[in-house]
Amino acid sequence: MIIDELEKKLRPPELDLKPYPPKVITLASGEQMVVREAKREEIGVLLGTIHPLMGVAKDYYDIVASRIYAELLGWYRYRVANEFVLVGTIDGVICGLVNSRLVDKDTGMSLHTTAIKRGLRVGAQLFAAKMEHHIEILSQKEVHIVAESPIGFKRWMIEYDLENREDQYPGLRHELGGVPTYTLTTELYNAVREQKVTGTRPVDAALLATADKLKMPEEYPQIPGYKRGK
Amino acid sequence: MREVAIVGIGHTVFGNLSEFDLVDVMGFASCNALQDAGILKERDLIEQVFVANVGGGIINHQTGIASSLVSRIGLEPAMAELVENGPASGSSAIKVGYTAIASGMVDVVMVTGGELMRAVTGWKGTDFVAMLSHPEAEYNYGLTLPAFAGMFTRLYMEKYGLTERDLALVAVKDHENGSRNPFAHVEIPCTLEAIHEGENAHVVNPYVAEPIRIYGTCPVSDGAATVILCAVDSPKMKHFTKKEPVMIRGIGAATDTHCVHNRKDPLELTAVKLSSEKAFEMAGLTPEEISFAELHDAFVILEFAISEEVGFFERGKSKEAVKEGVTKIDGRLPLNTSGGLKSKGHPLGATGVSQVFELVKQLRGEAEEGRRVKDPKHGMAVNFGGFGNNVVTTICSKK
Repeated sequence: MIIDELEKKLRPPELDLKPYPPKVITLASGEQMVVREAKREEIGVLLGTIHPLMGVAKDYYDIVASRIYAELLGWYRYRVANEFVLVGTIDGVICGLVNSRLVDKDTGMSLHTTAIKRGLRVGAQLFAAKMEHHIEILSQKEVHIVAESPIGFKRWMIEYDLENREDQYPGLRHELGGVPTYTLTTELYNAVREQKVTGTRPVDAALLATADKLKMPEEYPQIPGYKRGK
Repeated sequence: MREVAIVGIGHTVFGNLSEFDLVDVMGFASCNALQDAGILKERDLIEQVFVANVGGGIINHQTGIASSLVSRIGLEPAMAELVENGPASGSSAIKVGYTAIASGMVDVVMVTGGELMRAVTGWKGTDFVAMLSHPEAEYNYGLTLPAFAGMFTRLYMEKYGLTERDLALVAVKDHENGSRNPFAHVEIPCTLEAIHEGENAHVVNPYVAEPIRIYGTCPVSDGAATVILCAVDSPKMKHFTKKEPVMIRGIGAATDTHCVHNRKDPLELTAVKLSSEKAFEMAGLTPEEISFAELHDAFVILEFAISEEVGFFERGKSKEAVKEGVTKIDGRLPLNTSGGLKSKGHPLGATGVSQVFELVKQLRGEAEEGRRVKDPKHGMAVNFGGFGNNVVTTICSKK
């Protein structure tokens, strides 16, 4: 009992988050990527998907994967407040993952975006879905964002024309630290929404069913020669 | 003039190779070609090296690249020089190599083209390429190559009724070929539904310079390619028995006004027309006799325009050929069998050499299953420099 009491003290207070309605995006390859919210009980598959990337230095996958790994664990074990995780799946196989959290009712804190399948703008679509969740579904006013890789900087800071808030440091600082904090406001989101956010809802039941049971990728383009289980 | 054969070819994968040094990347392709030619151990047969590169000094902070390459792969005391001719550098280097042999000065030449463009950010890369435009009349006004291609595409669409769907058809065809090319940067096929017709197409395939979308332009790539040339009448030819030699039958080059606005009709690519006419004349061939071609589709509109300028199709009619599947791998005239610049990638200095690499691969019958041209006799490569102000055409044939 005393452990339960202590555990209660360790857990952060949580806001009640509206669920993200699943959608499907047809990628350039013709493959259909279902984007849906991940569930806590899927933690094993999520961690197993991320783990191999922790040793990939190229394009900063190592930093991003290691931090996501920790953030996912924090989410699973109730050590991060108000976190949500969205996954992109093709035939049930995870092709990318994003996570984020709410600081309070109005402010979001974007955590990470990782694309496992490359060359199809999977990361860009998932990041857009994450922003869609913050601004449209959860009705937040702004989201703080940092980039850890040049690709991220180009995709978020440049393409979304994010507001540079580094002049507000140290009053405002992104939880990941290190790099200057940029912010997506509702106004900026609305300005790029047509070009950045897409997807079809509702998702056909049979297609959605393919994403019911998440599968870890067998291979990673980032790790030549990698084959799961070998 | 002496006859010149291609006796060895090499290629690196195109893509993001920024963890490597520029000269190492060129060295990989060069050693690959020495091995293909069967002279890795007898590499002192190489008398002259020509290197094609554009941005070494500007974006990689490296000069003296030809001398560096020779030293890196142990080819001293071979002569070594750099050839810089913008995006047509690769074919220009082959042309210079051809001339060195044809003149009788040397017997064996190695030509390596390479570029590391992803060492810098995308916008710096775009700016670096834009430096080839006129500094006062074009560059200073913010004109970039995608901007030129966008305007060219718009004008072509208005004049000939080309549609965005036609542009997407070429991208689909190129990616189909590129998906079977292990050296291609974007080795992924795409579908017409996904990049043009579908509900999500406008986001999956956004504009980069309207009406050009992402799938209408090439990726920014690193990579290198090499060809080894030898005089057919040289006694040194006896060392090259590993593979069937492929003949360089014709090479032509031509220039046009530096400023695009000085051209009578900006849709007329005069340098393409003239360079191909020269190459055809030298080869003693006509456009109808070409089995397949690699055309410089840095933007897919150029595949349409170049295919018309070289005489494959009437002006404004190439779109019909595309719709009928004439340019597909199993069509009458397969174009960009490698995936083209669109899918394979476009590391500036490497591109022209890579195009000729593809001609040799097809003529040897070594192209991968699914993108192999049936019984090819003559292949043609058009390497397009600037915005059409310096163009080199090469025709290769089976021996």
